[in-house]
Amino acid sequence: MEQIFNKISESLFTQIQNGENLILSFSGENSQFIRFNKAAVRQTGLVDDADLGLKFIANNRTVRGGFTVSGNFDVDIARGKSEIKRMRLEAQEIPEDPFVVLPENSGSSHEIKSANGLQFEHAVDAILPAMDGMDFVGIWANGKMFRGNANNLGQKHWFETESFSLDYSLVTPEHQMVKGSFAGSDWNQNDYESYVKRSRNKLTLMEKKPIKIEKGNYRTWFESAAVSDFLGMFSWNGISEASLRQGCSGFGRMRHDDVRLSPKFSVIEDFSPGFCPKFNSNGEVSNDQLTLIDSGELKNTLVSSRSAKEYGVDSNYAEAGEYMRSPKMVSGELSQNDVVTKIGTGLYLSNIHYLNWSDNAGGRITGLTRYACFWVENGEIIAPIETMRFDDSFYNFFGDNLVDVEDKSSINPEVETYGGRGLGATTCPGILVNDFALTL
Amino acid sequence: MKLDLDIKQLLSAVDVPADWVGLREVYEAHTPRMIRDGVPVANGRASTHGIMVEVLVDGQFGYFGTPNMTPKGIANAAKKAYQQANIASRHSTFQFDETARPSHQGTYQSPFTKNRESLSAGKLNETLLEAYNHLKVSDKIVSASSLCQVIESSFRFVSSNGSDITQDFLMFEFDLSATAADGTNQQTRTFGGMRGTCRQMGMEYFDKYEILANANRIGEQAIELLDADDCPTGEMDAVIAPDQMMLQIHESVGHALEVDRILGDERNYAGWSFVKLEDFGKLQYGSKLMNITFDPTLESEFASYAYDDGGLKATKEHLIKDGLLVRGLGGQESQIRSGLNGVANFRASGWNRAPIDRMANINLEPGDSSFDDLISQVEYGVYMESNKSWSIDDYRNKFQFGCEYGKLIENGQMTKTVRNPNYRGISTPFWNSLKGVGNADTFGIYGTPNCGKGEPNQVIRVGHASPTCLFENIQIFGGV
Repeated sequence: MEQIFNKISESLFTQIQNGENLILSFSGENSQFIRFNKAAVRQTGLVDDADLGLKFIANNRTVRGGFTVSGNFDVDIARGKSEIKRMRLEAQEIPEDPFVVLPENSGSSHEIKSANGLQFEHAVDAILPAMDGMDFVGIWANGKMFRGNANNLGQKHWFETESFSLDYSLVTPEHQMVKGSFAGSDWNQNDYESYVKRSRNKLTLMEKKPIKIEKGNYRTWFESAAVSDFLGMFSWNGISEASLRQGCSGFGRMRHDDVRLSPKFSVIEDFSPGFCPKFNSNGEVSNDQLTLIDSGELKNTLVSSRSAKEYGVDSNYAEAGEYMRSPKMVSGELSQNDVVTKIGTGLYLSNIHYLNWSDNAGGRITGLTRYACFWVENGEIIAPIETMRFDDSFYNFFGDNLVDVEDKSSINPEVETYGGRGLGATTCPGILVNDFALTL
Repeated sequence: MKLDLDIKQLLSAVDVPADWVGLREVYEAHTPRMIRDGVPVANGRASTHGIMVEVLVDGQFGYFGTPNMTPKGIANAAKKAYQQANIASRHSTFQFDETARPSHQGTYQSPFTKNRESLSAGKLNETLLEAYNHLKVSDKIVSASSLCQVIESSFRFVSSNGSDITQDFLMFEFDLSATAADGTNQQTRTFGGMRGTCRQMGMEYFDKYEILANANRIGEQAIELLDADDCPTGEMDAVIAPDQMMLQIHESVGHALEVDRILGDERNYAGWSFVKLEDFGKLQYGSKLMNITFDPTLESEFASYAYDDGGLKATKEHLIKDGLLVRGLGGQESQIRSGLNGVANFRASGWNRAPIDRMANINLEPGDSSFDDLISQVEYGVYMESNKSWSIDDYRNKFQFGCEYGKLIENGQMTKTVRNPNYRGISTPFWNSLKGVGNADTFGIYGTPNCGKGEPNQVIRVGHASPTCLFENIQIFGGV
């Protein structure tokens, strides 16, 4: 793939004239997908896909293009030349953009992570035996992913990684479920079987009849996976500088009214583990770490170079959408062994589902409990609960109501595959909060 | 630049001992234009083009999605798809045969009178810039935008059992948005909520004067919301406009009736359904006023088509008739697996994803009440327009929606504007509280380009049309 990208790039840059700039952004994968239902194969297949994005800048105008890379050089170059011709014409027609971001050559990078993964033809036989006798449903995704970026000034980045993920649910006959997500680069059959065994053990907790909880406010423990979902909301009308400036961010109270969250709550953008490339689609490279919220105080927002120009602030080379690419919440002091005792009487939530802002300006988020969620009484897990809706503000549960933060963080890998397989992960601990609002 | 392919010739390049082979070629180009805060922020065009090669081996389908559309590339893809299917066939969820891919021949062309090229990039930017100027009615509008995305899509499907289908679509998504803010009080008003204005149409849609009038109204309403009272809290009647009904139908009817969900395929991602296979023909889903159809034939609606991605011919069917659940959203595979009657809704987001059960156009049929009739029946309640927040549980029971704009209804009349109108409920009790259905004059056609589902994930276009509706005794509430 890298050779294909290099060859296309070199050829297309020769088409650029004086006063013009071109940034190329590459995204591709060679993937296997196997979908399981009832511990059997529902759908199975392979996808080879690669897209080249073109950003053409001339005359203080930016025009974008894009096409599928077929792997046939003649076809791809013809597509690329056709796009440049179209973009050059369009740049004469559209209005001027006062905030055009020009490319730079700030150095190149090259990172290839090879792995000893599971061969495509061995996947079914490696996965299914451990699920014997279970109602197992989920998705296996496996293979290589590629990201590249180059510009006509000679800057070039390449990132290539190989990984797998088995994102799954185990289901009891009474329809209670636990969630598992086994992901990595090197396949180890023993590790996989041990992981599944832990899921099976957790499922036994779900065999008790679920109890109905009344709406109201509860002391609540959220496992890392649930906290990861809350942090994900910060990437949607949250931590973005543009969102704040455009009046659609839940962080407005922190920016405008100096409201602070709990001193126990700190979040950084952390590229050091290498879950995803440090370069963005503009070819700009972020620092290894950027503090976003420090001990409850908003220290930095995510600022793209375009926002920097538009609003007169410094860029921290965020992606154009100003979302978190590798967030990490700082861990605290609560040991997992003490969680149930510390809850006392309340809720233990492993996962949450379908979050949305119910009042963005107020930081209020609604969603639902899902999977292994339990009622805890006097420091003991009593039974699973029926699904409940919550509606509460992060100014509460990451603010004054945040009681404690787990002393260890878990890595929650990105397993979404919209358009293509995603990269990145959210690293965070669990949290214990007071007065979490259940509403239906 | 679209390659012209002889897909039948490519089919003949496949050399594997499969029981059935199909090739589905998809080309799609998106052309976005957007003005935000007076400057262009999106102008471009991006396309995707590839072929999904699908084979059936010993009852199991296998696929390979490839952008390499040479005879050699397709032959290689078929071999690898065969290998995938062959290995998996020992562990299949269900053993299919060729009847899962019925043979059909036909064409579909979405309706339009002006193609994309009839409106130049420059002209469209001019119109969008003028619209922005009409949105910015006050300095309190801190951000405003106008956008149009044109979508051109071509679909070709051929198979070893004789299917030969060509479908071509011209579509657009259009939105106007104004955000007014006063400190941390911020209110956004749009043109139909969350890209709800999306249609199969050409550039004839872009009547400049109508767009500018709407831009002005949206800007004014955003300002109006800043000073409005918060929506009251309590159990009261709700009159819901078509641009919110579309999400209500989508989340609490459409997804719940997808047969692949009911069969458990989606349990690890989108979720299951409260609807069971034995509920069809028996479950009183809503009041007698509720008539829901799968209608791929409604002209200009966003997800109209003649055939689904498995080659099944699409026809209008009632899913819920007089409140009774009568049919599921299941394509040919789900119909075979479940034994239920279904519809032609086996759809994929593109050449790189396998089809699954999806909504297409799922509509609520008009009733006989005028808008004024509906309002006059309400002693105390809230009228709501345009979705801005949505959430529902994995069984499609407990939902919560937020809208952009509300009007208090007192003693049968709309009185003052209220902001942050929200409501929540549980699907079947909610639909059984349907007390009034607006007539054709209140009917609005909307849709969404962003329906997510499936593993691997797929985002797909759906259409929803509905009249204005009255629901009684609903849990309504406002902001923080």
